[in-house]
Amino acid sequence: MENEIIEEFAVFTDWLDKYEYLIELGKELPIIDEKDKTDVNLINGCQSRVWLVSEYKDGKLFFKADSDAIITKGIISLLIRVCNGKTPENILTSDFSFIDKIGLKENLSPTRANGLLSMIKQIKIYALAFKTRDEK
Amino acid sequence: MNCVEEIRSLFPALKQKVYGKPLIYFDNAATSHKPVSVIELQNRMSSGINANIHRAVHKLSSDATDLYEKGREEVRLFLGAENREEIIFTSGTTASINLLAYTFVPHFMKKGDIIIISEEEHHSNIVPWQLACDKIGAKLSILPVDENGILCVNKLEGMLSDKVKLIAVAHISNVLGIINPVKKVIEISHSHGIPVLIDGAQGIVHTNFSVKELDCDFYVFSGHKIYAPTGIGVLYGKKKLLEQLPPYMGGGDMVNTVTFKKTTYADLPLKFEAGTPNFIGASCFAPALKFASQVRENSLFQEYERNLVLFLFEELNKIEGLKILGTPKKIEEKIALFSFTVEGVHPTDIAQIVDKMGVAVRSGLMCAEPLIRRFSDTGILRASLSPYNTMEEAEQFIISLKRAILMLRG
Repeated sequence: MENEIIEEFAVFTDWLDKYEYLIELGKELPIIDEKDKTDVNLINGCQSRVWLVSEYKDGKLFFKADSDAIITKGIISLLIRVCNGKTPENILTSDFSFIDKIGLKENLSPTRANGLLSMIKQIKIYALAFKTRDEK
Repeated sequence: MNCVEEIRSLFPALKQKVYGKPLIYFDNAATSHKPVSVIELQNRMSSGINANIHRAVHKLSSDATDLYEKGREEVRLFLGAENREEIIFTSGTTASINLLAYTFVPHFMKKGDIIIISEEEHHSNIVPWQLACDKIGAKLSILPVDENGILCVNKLEGMLSDKVKLIAVAHISNVLGIINPVKKVIEISHSHGIPVLIDGAQGIVHTNFSVKELDCDFYVFSGHKIYAPTGIGVLYGKKKLLEQLPPYMGGGDMVNTVTFKKTTYADLPLKFEAGTPNFIGASCFAPALKFASQVRENSLFQEYERNLVLFLFEELNKIEGLKILGTPKKIEEKIALFSFTVEGVHPTDIAQIVDKMGVAVRSGLMCAEPLIRRFSDTGILRASLSPYNTMEEAEQFIISLKRAILMLRG
């Protein structure tokens, strides 16, 4: 899946085309229910807000998310594509390096504070929680 | 200097390209670029005149001390202050306000006393006071701004009492870009015997004033927003007030004599300059403020800024769903700094896209969360210009902005 995304982005030579694509992806993101946009599900980035909910089915994780910023949403949709259906173990060992490979590394810098890094952290926290629960 | 192009040629940073596009730097309220005169002095000191100041008798130390004190003199002239003792070097506006918060509050205030700040303050003029007030049980009162971002000076008189011990307001808010009627604030406060601190982080760059004429008790600003390096700033204070304040930090040059029983302190300004100061940064105030003086005293540049303000005001207002924060009654009160929201579009999205077009602007809460939250949930976008920005750049910015909005609204 990660390679598929890297290939998709390889066609863009212009920055703006890349962002056009992210905006499109952002629009297609499975929007979470308004009722799930709670403070509990809110991941606080400094500039854009991100909500994340997870579901655990048959040993696999599924996520839904939303953000008030559309580019953030676009990148979230990529993260979700990569994470959905993976086992907690898989998620915990993933380094999400594809984000770097498609030239969006800056979005994962802790100082950019757009919520993505916190989102990955939150995804891993969910994975760890379900893994721990399984092991009990 | 007669034209913008001439000024631009003095700033190497403006010649660069980002993502292959010419850089349009509209984030000057955050930090300004440096002219060659500042860069050269910085280099000359780092590579040669590098010795600790005030202490040694050797040649390098004496040269460095001269440059440091020359920097102080240039600041004194630029501010129109009477005495060099009134110019304290700090690491920046934030450090200057903290210095005051930690000395003024415990010294002049007691439980139940009040400091008045305004609704449009930067966090640096909020949080130090909260920290200091919490310690002694004092509190903050907030002078509001109206829906157009205009400071409600008419409400000040009604807020004053013998409990109010200090008023701390911005000369120009880093969000609203409106020149506040600080002279009026000072007159009202002084008629009640209350001292006033002016946060000049933005005001120092965009207004022509003297502290003597304003009669403010304290004026603070940073070097890096006015062409000097980062990590240097100024606290101006009236001598009679600074003399009464206890030292802030101990150590280094701030003493007269030290014994284990008792230490006596140096006179102003060294009393507040503990430790080895940023002597290169302070020295660079000389070329930086020389440049700033040339600009602020040249009516051509004031006229140019006026035109930029008018152009941007008009063009931004044409964009559907765009709302400017900070619209004074008279356009003369607005500096070339525009914060705005765009309906249905997140400011961070716009900032990310125009960045790829070479345009540097800020998005977010601007370190003024209480003010921004009143106007927007998602933050704002801010374009802040400097005398080295051109009309062509302003036009290009508008084109880029429109294109980004179109992409995002799709």
